[in-house]
Amino acid sequence: MSAETAASRNAGAPRQGKGWALLGSELSVLFRRLRTWAMLTALAAVPILIAVAVKLSSRPTTPGRGPLFLDRITQNGLFVAVTALVVCVPLFLPLTVGVVAGDTIAGEANLGTLRYLLLAPAGRIRLLLVKYAGAVAFCCAATATVTASGALAGVVLFPVGPVTLLSGDTISVGESAWRSLLIAAYITVSLLGLSAIGLLISTFTDVPVGAMAATIVFSVVSQVLDNLPQLEWLHPWLFSHHWLGFADLLRQPVSWTSFGDNAILQAGYIAVCGALAYAKFSNKDVLS
Amino acid sequence: MKEPVRSDPAIETHGLVKRFGHRSAVDGIDLAVPRGTVFGFLGPNGSGKTTTIRVLLGLASANSGDISVLGKAMPQALASVLPDVGALVEGPGFYPFLSGTGNLMRLDAADRHAPSSTRRHRVDDALERVGLSHAAGKKVRAYSLGMKQRLGLANALLRPRELLVLDEPTNGLDPQGTREVRSLVRSLAAGGTTVFVSSHLLAEVEQMCTHVGVMSAGRLVAQGPLDELRAAGQAHVLVHTPDVERAAHVLSRLGLVPGDAPGTGSPWGTTAVLGTGLDGLEPEAIVAALVADGVRVRGFTVENASLEERFVSLTGEGFDVVG
Ligand SMILES: Nc1ncnc2c1ncn2[C@@H]1O[C@H](COP(=O)(O)OP(=O)(O)OP(=O)(O)O)[C@@H](O)[C@H]1O
Ligand SMILES: [Mg+2]
Repeated sequence: MSAETAASRNAGAPRQGKGWALLGSELSVLFRRLRTWAMLTALAAVPILIAVAVKLSSRPTTPGRGPLFLDRITQNGLFVAVTALVVCVPLFLPLTVGVVAGDTIAGEANLGTLRYLLLAPAGRIRLLLVKYAGAVAFCCAATATVTASGALAGVVLFPVGPVTLLSGDTISVGESAWRSLLIAAYITVSLLGLSAIGLLISTFTDVPVGAMAATIVFSVVSQVLDNLPQLEWLHPWLFSHHWLGFADLLRQPVSWTSFGDNAILQAGYIAVCGALAYAKFSNKDVLS
Repeated sequence: MKEPVRSDPAIETHGLVKRFGHRSAVDGIDLAVPRGTVFGFLGPNGSGKTTTIRVLLGLASANSGDISVLGKAMPQALASVLPDVGALVEGPGFYPFLSGTGNLMRLDAADRHAPSSTRRHRVDDALERVGLSHAAGKKVRAYSLGMKQRLGLANALLRPRELLVLDEPTNGLDPQGTREVRSLVRSLAAGGTTVFVSSHLLAEVEQMCTHVGVMSAGRLVAQGPLDELRAAGQAHVLVHTPDVERAAHVLSRLGLVPGDAPGTGSPWGTTAVLGTGLDGLEPEAIVAALVADGVRVRGFTVENASLEERFVSLTGEGFDVVG
């Protein structure tokens, strides 16, 4: 019977530990879930569908119709990834990010694991940070998936060569791969504000589906408002305002203005939603 | 190597109140759980046991009152107290898509003080102690109710603890599991761990606990050593006889209150008569009086008040949940 030394052993044990184990566990739980893989697979399918559709259609795409850069795919496969990202930004990416971010706290509450994490004790602030880090990791994985799958589909189905930029300059294949990664990073940053909103909503409910739906609705509403000219004054404050503003990254030299504006806006959302989530969660009665 | 007995209680509250809206689920309780005891926390459904436990462990905040757990004020000392506390609160909660081992690894990783080098070993150990070794690799989705309950217990045993808080630990367990839990609790207590266990299974509490506290509608109506609580109830005599009426007559003449015995499965086709209230009466004097009056006594027993009677007298007969 080992319990007899319970107190003495605990007292003797050094009270150290960096606490990274919880983050590792969070990531492994997130990426071991079937749901995560289903969403990443769906995202990976988008560029492949676009590439195959363009390849099979006999009519040349009219420039200016369809998503941005669609007309360029046949000339250069490197545009598949960028086109796919443009297609995914308004709906698919917010949808998957909404599922993960809305699930953060509410999902644990729903399973009953929230109380056991807190009793471990995980610490409320630490748990909130780890949960947000998990959502951020998913944002990275989501954009990386679309980019990688797009690059692959482009290379397999279309000719690849130097790319002509919006500014008229031509860049090498290697340079254009770098630009694709930049755009992926830009979109990842774009999704961070939405993730923070999802985390905040998630602290208010024990019903994960509700939190997910509310987060997705927020992203749709923000984009709708951004399209109403009457609300011009509001536009700079909408978290989706810069979502499609990555054209600057396709100029020579790269203009970082929109990247910076976007990052500042998202950081503001992270700060506000993070503070509210902390205020809510640190006082919340966990009754699930 | 035995812990030196510490005199400060493992759990102590003063005027603890927890309200949900206007209703008090916990209404000013003064709980004192001495160290090293097995404390049974009894009470009907909805009397506030789980709510008390949630507040004690910092899951919910109290509206007023002081709490100390293992000698430290809660919830201020939450982070330093909880590593020494193993808990099962309102049933188990696990990730259905992870295995039993996976779930425990995750919950152990959540504790910053739990050494990762021994994690796997401690998880296997805990699973072994609740008899889940063979189902350790199975997804929790495929666990039965009792298996989940056992996994919840394993989680409470992941590290050596000073205090175990178990909310209805035998819920859903088979008889073997129930016995295992009982002997587990006893052996933990023998090693110096304080066990605070809520239950409505009185028989179980009688077998397992040294101390009890009884909740009723948010109030703590009694607490203390089990024997004291039982002694406060009334002892009674049980007479097996075919001469029911005459026996009842003799008993009431002696100052006892005759009544029907519960579950009259008496031998030899006799009926049992229950007499309560034998204050200072010698049992042999009762038998002598019965025999002198020609009552054919075929069986005679003196019984102490059972915990059940005491429980019912404290919490009321009513079956309806106080809402
Ligand atoms: N989340 C909640 N919101 C509002 N009221 C609640 C909540 N949880 C519990 N209560 C109320 O608090 C009271 C005590 O509930 P509690 O769960 O503590 O009872 P219990 O003694 O554990 O009962 P049981 O034996 O059924 O487990 C009940 O009247 C219940 O209705
Ligand atoms: Mg309960």
